[in-house]
Amino acid sequence: METQKLNKLKLFLTLFFSTLKISAFTFGGGYVIVPLLQKKFVEGLGWIDEEEMLDLVAIAQSTPGPLAINASLLIGYRMAGIAGALVTVLGTVLPPFVIMSVVSVFYIAFRDNVIVSAVLKGMQAAVAAVILDVVITMAHNVIKDKRIFPVLIMIAAFAAAAVFDINVVFIIIICGVLGALFMRPGKGEEK
Amino acid sequence: MIYVQMLLSFLQIGLFSFGGGYAALPLIDSQIVKLHGWLTMTEFTDVLTISQMTPGPIAINAATFVGMRIAGAAGALAATLGCILPSTVVAIVLAKIYYKYREMSVMKGVMNGLRPAVVAMIASAGLSIMIQALWADGVVSFAADKMDFIAAAIFIASLIVLRIFKPNQIIVMAAAGVIGGAAYLLL
Repeated sequence: METQKLNKLKLFLTLFFSTLKISAFTFGGGYVIVPLLQKKFVEGLGWIDEEEMLDLVAIAQSTPGPLAINASLLIGYRMAGIAGALVTVLGTVLPPFVIMSVVSVFYIAFRDNVIVSAVLKGMQAAVAAVILDVVITMAHNVIKDKRIFPVLIMIAAFAAAAVFDINVVFIIIICGVLGALFMRPGKGEEK
Repeated sequence: MIYVQMLLSFLQIGLFSFGGGYAALPLIDSQIVKLHGWLTMTEFTDVLTISQMTPGPIAINAATFVGMRIAGAAGALAATLGCILPSTVVAIVLAKIYYKYREMSVMKGVMNGLRPAVVAMIASAGLSIMIQALWADGVVSFAADKMDFIAAAIFIASLIVLRIFKPNQIIVMAAAGVIGGAAYLLL
């Protein structure tokens, strides 16, 4: 009983500090958090497999509100129920909350600081590399199964998002419906 | 009273912004700038600029910023809480449905359709960040005066390091910030 309590505490602490650290580095929009979460919880801790991670991101996108919050929350929920979800939300909200509270007081000095903007410019290029790195790994996993349908969906969804700038809500609905129609297990397409 | 107003305003922003940070912008604009006048248009633009420079979702940043400036720390807390409350509830409900029915064949089909789409959308977001980082005016061009070569070098170096050595990404980003920052200031 004691060790169980201890393990639970350890789980919550790991969830809290992992999301805290990750959130402090999600510069440039919600998607940036996905590769970081993937690296930590799929590859590092091995708590969630990649397929389930993608499912959780899909659910996060189907939920209104900031993607970064939703994705962390779902990982917390998956690992430790509603209490886990609250812990990861807290961990994710805290860094922007604290930083923004401080910045709001002297924001003009911050905005116009040359050193701050030079460092951030350098970081932005690395953020792009971090996302591309994970995309390469994930896309490879989609392609290596050698099934045509998922690859077609991936290409079409990329064109819809990147070229035609179509709202993600529509992309999600259409791909979900296509999946339900043509990609059910036993339909020949799926294992 | 102001706290309740803020909570309610950001509750709406949190509830109706589907699909990433930029979806929240028109909602923040109509609620915060036009309806309540909590920010001027200039301040709103500043919030966007600062959001690009600080970690975290734009909606959370805006909530904290507006709350702090209008009603102090308690205001920031009320606004941020309003912003995350709807997604917390909806996400938990959806997760419950997912874990309850994930073995059903229709649910498996839906998820099989969504997974490659999610990869594509992450790729698309990555592409826009890359273009923004490498080309200041957002137009892809390989002319010497258009492309940011420091950013390009950092991008390629980071990608190689990430692919080969699989280090902690946060270390790569921090190193890029230090090296890149020094390069921009010195070169």
